[in-house]
Formats: sequence, C-alpha cells, structure tokens
Amino acid sequence: MTVEIAEYKPLSIGDIRSSLASGARSATALAEACFRQIEARDAEIHAYLSINRERALEHAARIDDLAAKGEPLPVLAGVPVGIKDVLTIEGLQATAGSRILEGYRAPYTATAVGKLETAGAIVLGKLNCDEFAMGSSNENSAFGPVHNPHALDRVPGGSSGGSAAAVAAGMAVATLGTDTGGSIRQPASFCGVVGILPTYGRVSRYGLIAFASSLDRIGPFTANVRDAATVLGVIAGHDPMDATSSPLPVPDYTADIDKGVAGLRLGVPSEYFAEGLDSEVRAAIERSIDQLRAAGALIKPISLPHTRYAIPTYYIIATAEASANLARFDGVRYGFRAKDADTLSAMYRRSRNFGFGPEVKRRIMLGTYALSAGYYDAYYKKAQQVRRLLTEDFLKAFTEVDAILTPTAPTPAFKLGEKVDDPVSMYLADIYTVTASLAGICGLSVPCGKSGAGLPIGLQILGKHFDEAMVLRVAQAVETLQS
Amino acid sequence: MSDSATVSVEDVRRVAELANLELTAEEETHMLRDLNAILAHVSQLNELDTSAVEPMAQVSEVIGSGQQSALRPDEVRPCLDRAHVMACAPETDGIFFKVPKVIER
Repeated sequence: MTVEIAEYKPLSIGDIRSSLASGARSATALAEACFRQIEARDAEIHAYLSINRERALEHAARIDDLAAKGEPLPVLAGVPVGIKDVLTIEGLQATAGSRILEGYRAPYTATAVGKLETAGAIVLGKLNCDEFAMGSSNENSAFGPVHNPHALDRVPGGSSGGSAAAVAAGMAVATLGTDTGGSIRQPASFCGVVGILPTYGRVSRYGLIAFASSLDRIGPFTANVRDAATVLGVIAGHDPMDATSSPLPVPDYTADIDKGVAGLRLGVPSEYFAEGLDSEVRAAIERSIDQLRAAGALIKPISLPHTRYAIPTYYIIATAEASANLARFDGVRYGFRAKDADTLSAMYRRSRNFGFGPEVKRRIMLGTYALSAGYYDAYYKKAQQVRRLLTEDFLKAFTEVDAILTPTAPTPAFKLGEKVDDPVSMYLADIYTVTASLAGICGLSVPCGKSGAGLPIGLQILGKHFDEAMVLRVAQAVETLQS
Repeated sequence: MSDSATVSVEDVRRVAELANLELTAEEETHMLRDLNAILAHVSQLNELDTSAVEPMAQVSEVIGSGQQSALRPDEVRPCLDRAHVMACAPETDGIFFKVPKVIER
C-alpha cells in the first residue's frame, strides 16, 4: 500500500491543479487514492469519524468534467480535504466528538467548508477530535482517541488531532481544524505538519459548534507552508453570518511568501525557554533560530512578562464561555435525549450527564463556578483583566519585532494515557499556545526537526493581528532552510 | 479569590445544579479533587495587582478591526427551513418541539 502514498502524498495543491489541467491526473483518481490510504492506515490511526465517499466522488467527477472541457479550474480543484467534526456540512453528521450529538445531521454548511467546496476541494469525511474541542491529546473523543502516525503509542495532540494526523498520514492533502487554546498548533507540532491559527475574526465561524466564543478560530493543516497559505486565502474573509468576522480585505498570502527573512526583526521571548522545556525541543528551536539568523534575520531577545499567567487566565475564560455555550445541549432541539425522565428538568440533567464526557463536565463545572454569584469578580473579571495585560505584552513586543519565535509545545508527542488523570498537567501542554489565543493574534506551527526517537518538533511563529502574510513568509524560510 | 479558597462537596452539588448536571457520587469525588487542583493553579493570578486594569472581553476592543460597525440592517430574511430543523429534534410533532411536562409538583 505504500505505493499509494507515493502516488499522491508529495503532491502540493499547485501540483494537483496543474496535473488536473494537463490531464495527467483526475480528481476522481486522487480521491480514490486517498480513500485507499484511509483504508490502509486509518484502522490504526482513527483520524476519521465518518467518510462520505459517494458525495466526494460526485464532487470529484464535476471537477473532472471541468478539466475535460478545458474550463478554468478553481484554486483548490480536486484537492482532497477532511473537516474537523465540529464544523457543519448540510446533511452530514457533526458529532463534535461527543455522544450528545451522535446521529445529529446538520441542517446547514459552515462558511469555511462552503468556501473550500466552492473552490473545488473534495471533502472526504469528518475528522476525530476531543469532545467539543476540549483537550490537548484527542483522548477526550467519545469515539476513541487518534493515534500519532509517527508513533502509534503516542497522542497526535489535540483537540484537532484527527485533522493533523490525516495530513501527516497522507489521508488528506489539507484539513480544517479549530484552535481555542492551541488546538491547531499543538497537534501540528506533534504530527509534523503545518497548522495556522488565523487572527481572531479572519475566518468566519458560522457553522462551527462553539466552545469559547471569544477565542475559537478555524484554520488549515497542510504538509507545507505554501499550501497552508493557499487554503487560508480561500477560507478567510468577511461573512455576514458571523458578526465577529472582520471586513478587512484578504491579501494574497502567497505573494510575499518567498521574500526570505533578511532584515526582518524576529523576537525570541525568554519566558518561552524557561523550566519545563524539553531539551531536544529546545535544541531544535535554537537550531532553527540560528538558521534564520544566518539567513539575515535580526534575532532580538524580548520579554512577554505575563506569560506565566496565561494558563490560569485561559482556563477561567474558556470554561466560563464554554459553560454558557454548552447550555444549548439540553435534549430539546437536537442531539441525545434521556428517555427515562418524566419532568423537563430531569430530562435536561440526565441528557447532559449521559451525553457529556468527563472533561466537558469538568469544564462546564469550572466555568459555572467561575461565573456564579460571589465568585465572578474573583475569577472571571480577574482573568479578563489579566487577558488585557497578556495582550498588551504582545502589542508592545510588536512595536519592536516583525514576528516572534517560540517552541509550539514544551515536549514532543507524549504517550497515550500519560496525562489523562491529571488535568493540570494536561492543561500545561498548552503553555506556549494559549497566549496568542487570548491576545487574538495570528500564528502557526511549522516542523523544524525531530527528536532522537523520530518525533516531530514544531516551531511556533506569532505575528501581529492580521499579519498572517509575515508569519507565512518566516515559516516558508524555516521550511526552506530545513531542506 | 483567596489563596486558601477550596471547593466543598456542597459547592460541587450547588454548581452541578446550576449547570443542569446530575453527577454520580463517584463523579462528585473526582470533581471535588480536580476543581480544587485547578483553582489552586488559578490562584497564581492573585500575585498581580489588576485594580487599574479594564477587563478585556473581546479582541476587537484592542484592535478595532471594524467590528464596531458589524450591525446589519434589521430586515426580514429567510431562516432555516422548519422541516430541516425539526428533523434534528429528538421528539417533535413537526411544528413544535415536544418535551416532558414542564410544571412539576
């Protein structure tokens, strides 16, 4: 079956488009090759929660018709993609990794997914994730964990573990994930792929099952930086259906991507290289920084002094918002309903208690507690105040540097089961990613090396609000300097 | 938030009721342990004097990316088709959602 990987895995989005246009490949053959790869690998990886073969082949046939007629092909023509199961597609399941939505079929399509399909992408299926995107290891999925394609006894990261693993194992060329505290960047790092956190408001969230609305974002995973830029360009932009989406115009993210880093000022915050950082991760990040310096970048030490307060701040704000967002799952309008309740309130409680897993309940409880009478000022308001301090750290830093370089995660992928009984230790896996989530800035994770055991390591590049082009330009340099 | 704030099992029950959750005795025990561990970690925030800091609820407050003018005209527009929405419901007569009795005695 490895022949099948060789058949398409090295293909970039640009290769796919030109080979379809020349007739060297068909979209149908490409989708079939992906489905064969899924059959070969996904029994042990478990990235996909559902496959939509007929629908995908129908869409692929339409692209092949266009190509046969010599008509212009859209930018993602024939690109096989997978979608995290927190995003809706009309008529298809959207479980959010939860039993409470098992069997639910969405009545409308998320804007980001609609844009991919309009651009010619072929949706193969829906991808596994932590329940309601709450987790850093994918072990909170009600349908079983995803295994890291680089080491099956290790986690793929979370919560978008399926989205990262599918790209890493050649089971899709691009995928969509979501990131609330690191859920795109951390699995991208663990699985050795590129994952972008766009600026808050850059990508419409219409059709995203909400976790924490002031933090949730949608972004792409791909095998290389240029493809990530291409997919971001397709899904970004204003949407009247999402009042938080920005009206700012979307630039061509590939236009300046090859400009290199000569003369760019890149900040390295000391707080991200303190205690707790794995030595192999540190070495890989420092090697990348040295390469960027050699390529002409001005590396500047900077300080983001409130960094250590980011995890507690995040876990109050995210859980408070989650407790409100998840109140809608009550067994009335959609999803699971407990059968044995004879009053409305018993029906709510039993439906929710059966439908939600342990981590979701833990976060609903924490968030409800933080918002409850007598505790609001001490927890929620306090966290919102510290959020401003964390954001001001970044705004100040970006007056001196063009982008910031950090490790994406403190360690490479950890073992399945290693942290499941210790929520605080699991939350600390997000220590380098939650800061950008709280500040609303953009960033990405790009592979920058491997540990001695062959586990991927990711470099996080953070940029100003709406400066995705800069972050992609630096990432492209990192990728080029690797090879 | 005092450094010594601890959650009691009564707090767990009160919050579970507010959150419409019905925890088993075993779940209550785990929740008590986990909430106290997490809140102990959160108490670090007390080190910071934030008395002069405005709370930040939304990123747009800081970057002002045009969201202020995001209000759309108040016009009648089509919404999702009732049949599609009702098809998702656990119990419906096609027009309304059906639920167990609301008034308890």
